[in-house]
Amino acid sequence: MFSLDRWDVAYTNLIKFSVCFIILCVLIGLFLAILLDQKIRVEGALRAMYLYPMALSFIVTGTVWKWILNPEFGVERIVQNLGFESFTFDWLVNPEMSIYTVVIAGIWQSSGFVMALFLAGLRGIDNQIIHAASIDGASLPTIYWRIIIPGLRPVFFSVLIILLHIAIKSFDLIIALNNAGPGYSSDVPATFMYTYSFSRGQIAIGSASATIMLMVIIAIVVPYLYSELRSEKHA
Amino acid sequence: MVGLTLRDVRKNYGDVQVIHGINLDIIDGEFVVFVGPSGCGKSTLLRMIAGLEDISSGTVCIGDVEMNDIAASKRGVSMVFQTYALYPHMTVYKNMAFGLKQANTPREEIEKRVQAAAEILQISEYLDRTPRNLSGGQRQRVAIGRAIVRDPSVFLFDEPLSNLDAALRVQTRKEIARLHERLKTTMIYVTHDQVEAMTLADKIVVLRDGRIAQVGSPIELYERPQNAFVAQFIGSPKMNFFSASDLTSGASSLLNRELSDDLQVGIRPEHLSITDSANAVVEGTLELVENLGEYALIHLRTASNVEFIAKAEKPPEVPKASTIKFGVKPPLAHFFDSNSGARSA
Repeated sequence: MFSLDRWDVAYTNLIKFSVCFIILCVLIGLFLAILLDQKIRVEGALRAMYLYPMALSFIVTGTVWKWILNPEFGVERIVQNLGFESFTFDWLVNPEMSIYTVVIAGIWQSSGFVMALFLAGLRGIDNQIIHAASIDGASLPTIYWRIIIPGLRPVFFSVLIILLHIAIKSFDLIIALNNAGPGYSSDVPATFMYTYSFSRGQIAIGSASATIMLMVIIAIVVPYLYSELRSEKHA
Repeated sequence: MVGLTLRDVRKNYGDVQVIHGINLDIIDGEFVVFVGPSGCGKSTLLRMIAGLEDISSGTVCIGDVEMNDIAASKRGVSMVFQTYALYPHMTVYKNMAFGLKQANTPREEIEKRVQAAAEILQISEYLDRTPRNLSGGQRQRVAIGRAIVRDPSVFLFDEPLSNLDAALRVQTRKEIARLHERLKTTMIYVTHDQVEAMTLADKIVVLRDGRIAQVGSPIELYERPQNAFVAQFIGSPKMNFFSASDLTSGASSLLNRELSDDLQVGIRPEHLSITDSANAVVEGTLELVENLGEYALIHLRTASNVEFIAKAEKPPEVPKASTIKFGVKPPLAHFFDSNSGARSA
């Protein structure tokens, strides 16, 4: 299996996808949460809007973004129709970039949820701490950077774990968005395993890849659980 | 060390006015306590002095400088909060050093000041711990330490003892009093607890619905409350109030005062003493005795169905529902206008 070019593509894609997806989701989610925390007027409505993608399954998200990103009638066509004839946005059909379309759709789906987690964390921070920091002479960015964000540490951990497992198990999104294509350019281990086990009938390679996925997850989750449980004992 | 001047300070939230024109002078080095029931605006007023709330109108001066448009960190004040408000992810040392770091104080100077403050508060051994590994009392001392290291000209305390248990409260109260003696800095202290107010203050400001009800030394407030509200708020158990019809027929001459329906008579429970018919000002049937050992609280009800409490050294040796007569020394009776509640001479 390790000699297969397709497996190489699948796991580099997984790494690319996980890193981009998690980092951007956290940044966007945190940014939205901080914006929403500024006591703005229509917070309730906005929060619902940001959370709304969560209500959709990844299949729907994938399908919708397949249309939006389609060069024939999606964003590219709209911008070209606006007069920017040379504009191209063909990531969906570009083997180099196709995995990043999955990132875009994944972020759209998940960052609202991340925002909700961060917003809950922000609301849980005692107002008096912020007052104390402002009397101590900290500017607003300093308060966020030195006081509030470190205070969100437990939320960061939850968010990372949730996003990581979404990233590793992402399958339906990719299938719906571009069916791991073009070719197998946006394959990830999950789609790789599915293709080999159920479409091509090469059960051995399929089960080998599934085992690798299991071991990767164990390698990530066990040290995490270990450190979390241990620090709880010390607290 | 500097004093404070508040001139016609007001605060509105939209159309709702919560502070209605406060005028107050605080002298250099004074310990001033803002006291009042919840929602009276005492914390809001403190936050306005601190610079955490905008001042809708009027002026706040610290020293001779008008502070209305000066940022909280530039006012030379330090604040201690009810929930301690320590930075949870920092050690005690870093908590105390944070403000100095923001002000770009040299490292040796920070070290020196933190050590000195830790010494005063006896928290030197905890400097490397994080707040969650400290007890409530220790946390509050760290919070006070964080206030001290900034060497402020005014200390602000926002109900600092409310989250502590009773024993710690008494002890921390003592420490705050000692701290004031040592630093001789102006301190403003907000509380809803009149015992804290009475024990700590040089000057008490009683607030009610965003207005000053009375300003004075603790003993002035106890002995000569300017209105029925202050009379009831200061002192525990609360002062008893009677109208003319609740008192005995001889009360008027015993108290040396013409009684009418426009007048309310206030007598503190500790000033009522059991007496005979000739000297009785008020009488009531015994309902309940709370014997606290040191003293007893006697709950009674007059014939006109007004409840009152008397404080006596020993519980009365009479059965329940029997009538007990009480007298009072005339100077210890207070008279208030029934309508306005203002003191009537």
